[in-house]
Amino acid sequence: MKLTTTNRRTFLKSSGQLLIGFNLFPLAFCKSKETENTLMNDYGGISERPHIDRNLIDSWIRLDADGHVTILTGKQELGQGIRTALMQIAAEELDVDLEICHIINGDTGQTANEGYTAGSNSVEGSGKAIRQAAAEAKLVLLKLAGEKWGTDITGLQVKNGIIQGGPDKEISYWELLEGRYLEEKITGDAPIKDHNDHVYVGKAVPREDIMKLVRGEAHFVHDLRLPDMVHARVLHPPVYKAKLVSIDLDNIKDHDGILKVIEDGSFVAVIAKREFQAVKAWQHLKESSKWDSPKLGPLSEALFEDMKTNANSPQIVEDSPGISGKINSSFKKIKAEYQRPYQMHGSTGPSCAVAKCDDDNLTVWSPTQGVYPLQNTLSDLFGLAKEKIRCIGMPGSGCYGHNGADDVSAEAALIAKHYPRRPVRLQWMREDEHQWEPYGSAMSIQLEAGMDETGKILAWDTKIWSDTHSTRPNGKAGHYVSARHLKEPFEFQKGGFSGGSYRNATPLYNMPDKRLHLYNYDGPLRTSALRGLGAYGNIFALESFMDELASEAGMDPIAFRIKNLDDKRAIAVLETLASKTGWDSKLKNPGKGYGVAFSKYKNSASYFAVLAEVEINKAEKSFKLTKMTGVIDSGQCINPDGLKNQTEGGMVQSASWTLLESVQFDENGILSKDWSSYPIMRFKEVPEIEVHIINRPELSPMGAGEAAQGPVAAAIANAIFDGTGTRVRELPIKAEKVDWERF
Amino acid sequence: MTVKAQLDLNGKKVQVEVDEKEPLLYVLREEFGLNGPKFGCGLHQCGSCMVLVNGEAVPSCIQPCKSFEGKKIETIEGLEKGKGLHPLQESFFEEQAAQCGYCLNGMMIAGLALLRSNPKPNENEIRDALEPVICRCGTHTRFISAIKKASSKTTKF
Repeated sequence: MKLTTTNRRTFLKSSGQLLIGFNLFPLAFCKSKETENTLMNDYGGISERPHIDRNLIDSWIRLDADGHVTILTGKQELGQGIRTALMQIAAEELDVDLEICHIINGDTGQTANEGYTAGSNSVEGSGKAIRQAAAEAKLVLLKLAGEKWGTDITGLQVKNGIIQGGPDKEISYWELLEGRYLEEKITGDAPIKDHNDHVYVGKAVPREDIMKLVRGEAHFVHDLRLPDMVHARVLHPPVYKAKLVSIDLDNIKDHDGILKVIEDGSFVAVIAKREFQAVKAWQHLKESSKWDSPKLGPLSEALFEDMKTNANSPQIVEDSPGISGKINSSFKKIKAEYQRPYQMHGSTGPSCAVAKCDDDNLTVWSPTQGVYPLQNTLSDLFGLAKEKIRCIGMPGSGCYGHNGADDVSAEAALIAKHYPRRPVRLQWMREDEHQWEPYGSAMSIQLEAGMDETGKILAWDTKIWSDTHSTRPNGKAGHYVSARHLKEPFEFQKGGFSGGSYRNATPLYNMPDKRLHLYNYDGPLRTSALRGLGAYGNIFALESFMDELASEAGMDPIAFRIKNLDDKRAIAVLETLASKTGWDSKLKNPGKGYGVAFSKYKNSASYFAVLAEVEINKAEKSFKLTKMTGVIDSGQCINPDGLKNQTEGGMVQSASWTLLESVQFDENGILSKDWSSYPIMRFKEVPEIEVHIINRPELSPMGAGEAAQGPVAAAIANAIFDGTGTRVRELPIKAEKVDWERF
Repeated sequence: MTVKAQLDLNGKKVQVEVDEKEPLLYVLREEFGLNGPKFGCGLHQCGSCMVLVNGEAVPSCIQPCKSFEGKKIETIEGLEKGKGLHPLQESFFEEQAAQCGYCLNGMMIAGLALLRSNPKPNENEIRDALEPVICRCGTHTRFISAIKKASSKTTKF
């Protein structure tokens, strides 16, 4: 399929306002009073045009007239380095220098719909599409050159976008195209480069955005400054489902800079000229508001008991008739139960978005994980045709799943609707983020297994109690908290529980009988996807339990795991971990504890094994996590430093969850409203971190961003057991949970 | 009530007229278009908004702009001084010390304050200096490496 010029014009016309472009940081932004503030002084970017069809090269690769390559991805940069990794893949297949490549992230006005940037899926998904598109683009260009010269393409060489066909035959991609778009179909037949010829893939290419960050250049949605932009704050209720009884709006209306106060049911917001004026007004609104607040419950003390009593009847995910009998008749059988509390994303910067409403059209600059799902859901919220909504993805502060990014985007849009023709920038306050983000669900995991006299596991029975791990607003406005607070509220319908609850609950270990029951539970707190979803709790349980089994069998924990594994790559990460850490010599080091754990994320992505080392201080009844060593196999590694960076980060973050974190709440609401009531790991507690990569360039790349979360939790629990003899089965693992008397 | 404030910002004398209570952070971002200092908590708990004030790393999200009069304010935007990247910027880039990067400002400012008073810090001193700054992506070990690296490049910060 190829649009003729006329068709294209018609097409562009019909998509109307979408083309009236906004660059990411428009030039107006440069008009700041600090003239030294440089930004975007390099390539201005290819001119905007809508994405047509994801099966066309043009949806992924665009060559402008002056020698640049633009890569388009529907995925967002979340700090995971996806921009660089995807550019490496494209430059590799196209045979162009990385320096001339640029990338555009999710933008409903330009890029393909790739859903959410989630599940460690960007390299596997977008990377694959871009690789195919780039290979196809190269093939098309070679064919064009071949036609021009009347030669076969097999003899043609490419170097930085210049095709060479012999002594006098040289032409660049851009000369060949003469400004034409690459609208050929991606057949999937274009040859992919052999990994032995890779120049960029597998190389630790530095992230270009880090240069911007160290220079204090504009990068985040928070840094967006549009002409005539105004500032907003939202007053959230004190607790879920609270209704606004009264509020003194008159008091602030005359304050300096206040442009508008919005009260729509229990949704209250203020717009001001300057940000601080909005913050001050927000404080006044908060103090003058009265709410009818329902009680929150069950509380933490009764939560896990309540799960057992009030969960739905089990969903049988995996069945194995007669498994209880098999466990009971095993040589050895054990049973244990593990718990994970509610934990938060806790992004460093509160969520922020900018929205502008012109006539019927709405534009939202958002740190969302999915611009198309955002567009869908805003369409539901406003009853507005999708074509009239443009969502432009921009980097936010740390994204580890479904945090406040979508909510703040919807709220910015709600406010912009009340204040048309001016861009509205909304940033949450710290307490908004802590109180209103959807948390990772509390879980209870009960495991029972039997093994034979040699330490071979025979049967494994899993029961999970959990609230949902996905309430992403994919088309349903009721998933936005503030949509539920409007005078004409949208209902929140959970819409079924997701598979996220039992992610990684099925052991990868080889055994004849496995059963998995999931008890879905409606808990007291708002929950959704947090890095790893249920895998964090499930692997914590599974890999702690493996250690308990190893101990029962009297076997070395690594040897025990290997004995029960068939998967060669799984065995390889464990063996590499043992050799890199000198595992054998570590076993009898007094005053220390060592714990290992392993998983293959989602049982389909990266392999990761980790050793945690703790120092035990019996006199002070305390311990310290001193070092963690990880080994990761993500198949073909696109950027080893990017992979390491993300894995190191996952390890530290998981260690923080595991040792410190639990959302506190009482019947009046969330108590964890800031960093002192929800402490996370800081420098003095961060252990030494080491990451080793097993690169397999001959294989496909596999998602890696969430691989460390679960194993780290179990490795720490296992190290505490090794060092103190106490098996802590309830997260977080705090010193007071260790039986120091027994030790 | 608005007040006039004279500031010494990144080596320049500047003047603003703002609400007497307006914290420095908002003035830096809104009036001077700076991106380095960021709003993180507004509670002096996270360090996202740190700036150098007379060489010390200080949060800017609560104290009124006016209270910074007569003090030397520096942000990461002021580091380059026309001579290319500052060694600390170089080191953070070379170590690829960022994931989302939201906390980077606080890390660099806290690191810079340390290096100015102690150009050859040991690891514990680096950890102490960075302790007030929250990083949620878990990039801590790279920040420590970046500061060590900067320390090996020069003694003048």
